[in-house]
Amino acid sequence: MHVTVRLFARLRELAGVSELRQELPDGASAKTAWESLVRTWPALAEYEPAISCAVNEEYARFTTPLKHGDEVAFLPPVSGG
Amino acid sequence: MATAPSAISGVYTRTRTVSRRFAVTTDPLDAAAVAASVVTPECGAVTTFIGLVRDHNAGRRVLWLDYEAYEPLARSTFERIGAEAATRWPSAQLAIHHRVGRLEIGEASVVIAAASPHRADAFAACRYAIERVKQIAPVWKHEHFEGGDVWIEGATANPDDEAAQQLAFRRCT
Repeated sequence: MHVTVRLFARLRELAGVSELRQELPDGASAKTAWESLVRTWPALAEYEPAISCAVNEEYARFTTPLKHGDEVAFLPPVSGG
Repeated sequence: MATAPSAISGVYTRTRTVSRRFAVTTDPLDAAAVAASVVTPECGAVTTFIGLVRDHNAGRRVLWLDYEAYEPLARSTFERIGAEAATRWPSAQLAIHHRVGRLEIGEASVVIAAASPHRADAFAACRYAIERVKQIAPVWKHEHFEGGDVWIEGATANPDDEAAQQLAFRRCT
Protein backbone atom coordinates (compact mmCIF):
# COMPACT_ATOMS: atom_id res chain seq x y z
CA MET A 1 0.00 0.00 0.00
CA HIS A 2 1.00 3.62 -0.42
CA VAL A 3 0.74 6.37 2.15
CA THR A 4 1.64 10.05 2.06
CA VAL A 5 4.16 11.10 4.68
CA ARG A 6 4.43 14.71 5.82
CA LEU A 7 7.34 16.16 7.75
CA PHE A 8 7.50 19.46 9.58
CA ALA A 9 10.03 21.95 10.91
CA ARG A 10 13.46 20.41 11.54
CA LEU A 11 12.33 16.93 10.46
CA ARG A 12 11.46 18.47 7.10
CA GLU A 13 14.86 20.13 6.90
CA LEU A 14 16.78 16.99 7.87
CA ALA A 15 14.99 14.97 5.20
CA GLY A 16 14.98 17.77 2.64
CA VAL A 17 11.35 17.06 1.73
CA SER A 18 8.05 18.11 3.24
CA GLU A 19 5.97 15.38 1.65
CA LEU A 20 6.68 11.99 0.12
CA ARG A 21 4.91 8.87 -1.02
CA GLN A 22 5.91 5.76 0.84
CA GLU A 23 5.27 2.13 -0.03
CA LEU A 24 4.58 0.00 3.03
CA PRO A 25 3.58 -3.62 3.60
CA ASP A 26 -0.03 -4.36 4.48
CA GLY A 27 -0.51 -4.18 8.23
CA ALA A 28 2.03 -1.40 8.60
CA SER A 29 1.61 1.10 11.41
CA ALA A 30 2.75 4.67 11.85
CA LYS A 31 5.82 3.21 13.55
CA THR A 32 6.59 1.16 10.43
CA ALA A 33 6.45 4.34 8.38
CA TRP A 34 8.78 6.13 10.81
CA GLU A 35 11.29 3.27 10.79
CA SER A 36 11.33 3.36 7.01
CA LEU A 37 12.07 7.08 7.12
CA VAL A 38 14.94 6.57 9.55
CA ARG A 39 16.48 3.97 7.23
CA THR A 40 16.44 6.57 4.45
CA TRP A 41 17.51 9.49 6.65
CA PRO A 42 19.40 8.19 9.72
CA ALA A 43 19.69 11.74 11.08
CA LEU A 44 15.99 11.54 11.97
CA ALA A 45 16.71 8.85 14.57
CA GLU A 46 17.63 11.38 17.28
CA TYR A 47 14.00 12.56 17.24
CA GLU A 48 12.47 9.20 17.98
CA PRO A 49 11.92 9.80 21.73
CA ALA A 50 10.36 13.20 21.15
CA ILE A 51 8.12 13.07 18.08
CA SER A 52 4.37 12.89 17.80
CA CYS A 53 2.43 11.53 14.88
CA ALA A 54 -0.88 12.24 13.23
CA VAL A 55 -2.87 10.11 10.82
CA ASN A 56 -5.29 11.83 8.44
CA GLU A 57 -4.92 15.13 10.26
CA GLU A 58 -5.64 13.77 13.74
CA TYR A 59 -3.18 12.96 16.51
CA ALA A 60 -2.58 9.22 16.59
CA ARG A 61 -0.53 6.61 18.38
CA PHE A 62 2.47 5.01 16.71
CA THR A 63 0.66 1.67 16.87
CA THR A 64 -2.14 3.05 14.68
CA PRO A 65 -2.54 0.74 11.67
CA LEU A 66 -2.30 2.49 8.33
CA LYS A 67 -4.33 1.85 5.22
CA HIS A 68 -3.78 2.67 1.59
CA GLY A 69 -4.07 6.39 0.91
CA ASP A 70 -3.58 7.52 4.50
CA GLU A 71 -1.64 10.68 5.32
CA VAL A 72 0.78 10.19 8.20
CA ALA A 73 2.57 13.19 9.66
CA PHE A 74 5.55 13.24 12.01
CA LEU A 75 5.86 16.22 14.32
CA PRO A 76 8.93 17.37 16.26
CA PRO A 77 8.36 18.99 19.68
CA VAL A 78 6.12 21.99 19.20
CA SER A 79 6.89 25.66 19.88
CA GLY A 80 3.83 27.70 19.00
CA GLY A 81 2.63 30.77 20.80
CA MET B 1 -9.22 36.41 8.73
CA ALA B 2 -12.64 37.94 9.01
CA THR B 3 -12.83 41.69 9.03
CA ALA B 4 -13.60 43.22 12.39
CA PRO B 5 -17.25 43.29 13.32
CA SER B 6 -17.68 46.01 15.86
CA ALA B 7 -19.00 43.87 18.70
CA ILE B 8 -16.68 45.62 21.14
CA SER B 9 -18.23 48.94 20.28
CA GLY B 10 -21.75 47.65 20.70
CA VAL B 11 -22.95 45.83 17.58
CA TYR B 12 -23.32 42.28 18.79
CA THR B 13 -23.42 39.18 16.69
CA ARG B 14 -24.36 35.68 17.70
CA THR B 15 -22.79 34.20 14.61
CA ARG B 16 -19.75 32.44 15.98
CA THR B 17 -18.65 29.88 13.48
CA VAL B 18 -15.87 27.57 14.50
CA SER B 19 -13.85 28.49 11.44
CA ARG B 20 -13.83 32.13 12.44
CA ARG B 21 -12.97 31.47 16.06
CA PHE B 22 -10.07 29.11 15.38
CA ALA B 23 -7.71 30.03 12.60
CA VAL B 24 -4.21 29.78 11.18
CA THR B 25 -3.31 32.62 8.86
CA THR B 26 -0.41 34.36 7.14
CA ASP B 27 -2.21 37.68 7.57
CA PRO B 28 -1.42 40.12 10.39
CA LEU B 29 -3.61 39.38 13.41
CA ASP B 30 -6.32 41.77 14.55
CA ALA B 31 -6.87 41.35 18.28
CA ALA B 32 -10.02 43.46 18.30
CA ALA B 33 -11.60 41.30 15.62
CA VAL B 34 -10.68 38.09 17.45
CA ALA B 35 -12.16 39.50 20.65
CA ALA B 36 -15.30 40.56 18.80
CA SER B 37 -15.79 37.03 17.53
CA VAL B 38 -16.49 35.73 21.05
CA VAL B 39 -18.47 38.57 22.57
CA THR B 40 -22.23 38.25 23.02
CA PRO B 41 -24.70 40.41 24.95
CA GLU B 42 -24.42 38.28 28.09
CA CYS B 43 -20.67 38.84 28.31
CA GLY B 44 -19.38 41.14 31.00
CA ALA B 45 -15.73 40.60 30.14
CA VAL B 46 -13.48 39.69 27.28
CA THR B 47 -9.78 39.09 27.82
CA THR B 48 -7.22 38.96 25.05
CA PHE B 49 -3.76 37.48 25.06
CA ILE B 50 -1.38 38.66 22.35
CA GLY B 51 1.87 36.76 21.89
CA LEU B 52 4.61 38.95 20.40
CA VAL B 53 7.89 38.31 18.64
CA ARG B 54 10.56 39.61 21.01
CA ASP B 55 14.06 40.71 20.15
CA HIS B 56 15.96 38.30 22.38
CA ASN B 57 15.87 34.65 23.39
CA ALA B 58 18.30 32.54 25.42
CA GLY B 59 20.97 35.25 25.22
CA ARG B 60 20.62 35.66 21.46
CA ARG B 61 19.62 38.79 19.57
CA VAL B 62 16.60 37.66 17.58
CA LEU B 63 16.17 39.14 14.08
CA TRP B 64 12.88 37.53 13.04
CA LEU B 65 10.87 34.31 13.41
CA ASP B 66 9.46 32.01 10.77
CA TYR B 67 6.40 30.14 12.01
CA GLU B 68 5.28 26.89 10.44
CA ALA B 69 2.12 24.90 11.22
CA TYR B 70 0.39 21.71 10.23
CA GLU B 71 -2.62 23.82 9.47
CA PRO B 72 -5.62 21.46 9.54
CA LEU B 73 -4.36 19.79 12.70
CA ALA B 74 -3.56 23.15 14.27
CA ARG B 75 -7.10 24.38 13.64
CA SER B 76 -8.67 21.21 15.03
CA THR B 77 -6.31 21.38 18.02
CA PHE B 78 -7.46 24.94 18.72
CA GLU B 79 -11.05 23.65 18.59
CA ARG B 80 -10.08 20.90 20.99
CA ILE B 81 -8.59 23.45 23.38
CA GLY B 82 -11.86 25.39 23.19
CA ALA B 83 -13.78 22.24 24.07
CA GLU B 84 -11.41 21.45 26.96
CA ALA B 85 -11.85 24.95 28.35
CA ALA B 86 -15.62 24.59 28.08
CA THR B 87 -15.54 21.64 30.47
CA ARG B 88 -13.96 23.82 33.19
CA TRP B 89 -15.47 27.22 32.33
CA PRO B 90 -18.76 26.47 30.55
CA SER B 91 -19.74 30.10 30.27
CA ALA B 92 -16.51 31.15 28.54
CA GLN B 93 -16.15 31.31 24.76
CA LEU B 94 -12.69 31.08 23.22
CA ALA B 95 -11.09 32.14 19.98
CA ILE B 96 -7.53 31.30 18.96
CA HIS B 97 -5.81 32.74 15.90
CA HIS B 98 -2.19 31.86 15.12
CA ARG B 99 -0.10 33.50 12.47
CA VAL B 100 2.45 31.66 10.31
CA GLY B 101 5.21 32.79 7.98
CA ARG B 102 7.90 35.39 8.62
CA LEU B 103 7.16 37.66 11.57
CA GLU B 104 9.21 40.68 12.52
CA ILE B 105 10.07 41.85 16.02
CA GLY B 106 7.00 43.25 17.75
CA GLU B 107 4.47 41.51 15.53
CA ALA B 108 1.71 39.37 17.02
CA SER B 109 2.17 35.62 16.54
CA VAL B 110 -0.95 34.51 18.39
CA VAL B 111 -4.14 36.14 19.61
CA ILE B 112 -6.43 34.42 22.08
CA ALA B 113 -9.71 35.90 23.26
CA ALA B 114 -11.98 34.59 25.99
CA ALA B 115 -15.36 36.11 26.74
CA SER B 116 -17.58 35.32 29.69
CA PRO B 117 -20.31 36.86 31.86
CA HIS B 118 -17.68 37.44 34.57
CA ARG B 119 -14.01 38.37 34.39
CA ALA B 120 -12.59 35.48 36.41
CA ASP B 121 -13.66 32.86 33.89
CA ALA B 122 -12.48 34.98 30.97
CA PHE B 123 -9.01 35.42 32.48
CA ALA B 124 -8.74 31.76 33.41
CA ALA B 125 -9.90 30.36 30.06
CA CYS B 126 -7.57 32.70 28.18
CA ARG B 127 -4.58 31.62 30.28
CA TYR B 128 -5.52 27.97 29.89
CA ALA B 129 -5.69 28.34 26.12
CA ILE B 130 -2.19 29.76 25.70
CA GLU B 131 -0.74 27.09 27.99
CA ARG B 132 -2.38 24.38 25.88
CA VAL B 133 -1.34 26.01 22.60
CA LYS B 134 2.24 25.74 23.79
CA GLN B 135 1.76 22.12 24.82
CA ILE B 136 -0.14 20.58 21.92
CA ALA B 137 -0.60 22.88 18.89
CA PRO B 138 1.40 21.65 15.87
CA VAL B 139 3.17 24.97 15.33
CA TRP B 140 6.91 25.59 15.22
CA LYS B 141 9.07 28.68 15.37
CA HIS B 142 12.30 28.92 13.42
CA GLU B 143 14.38 31.56 15.13
CA HIS B 144 16.74 33.67 13.05
CA PHE B 145 19.24 35.39 15.29
CA GLU B 146 22.49 37.29 14.90
CA GLY B 147 24.92 34.59 13.83
CA GLY B 148 22.58 31.76 12.91
CA ASP B 149 19.20 30.12 13.10
CA VAL B 150 17.59 27.39 15.19
CA TRP B 151 14.30 25.53 15.38
CA ILE B 152 12.78 26.06 18.80
CA GLU B 153 11.52 22.77 20.19
CA GLY B 154 9.39 22.71 23.31
CA ALA B 155 6.91 20.07 24.33
CA THR B 156 6.28 16.72 22.68
CA ALA B 157 2.68 17.17 21.62
CA ASN B 158 0.38 14.65 23.27
CA PRO B 159 -3.20 15.84 23.73
CA ASP B 160 -3.99 12.78 25.86
CA ASP B 161 -1.28 13.54 28.43
CA GLU B 162 -3.49 14.25 31.43
CA ALA B 163 -0.60 15.43 33.60
CA ALA B 164 0.18 18.18 31.10
CA GLN B 165 -3.47 19.19 30.96
CA GLN B 166 -3.67 19.32 34.75
CA LEU B 167 -0.56 21.50 34.79
CA ALA B 168 -2.28 23.88 32.38
CA PHE B 169 -5.38 23.98 34.61
CA ARG B 170 -3.26 24.68 37.70
CA ARG B 171 -1.65 27.68 36.00
CA CYS B 172 -5.07 29.29 35.67
CA THR B 173 -6.11 29.31 39.29
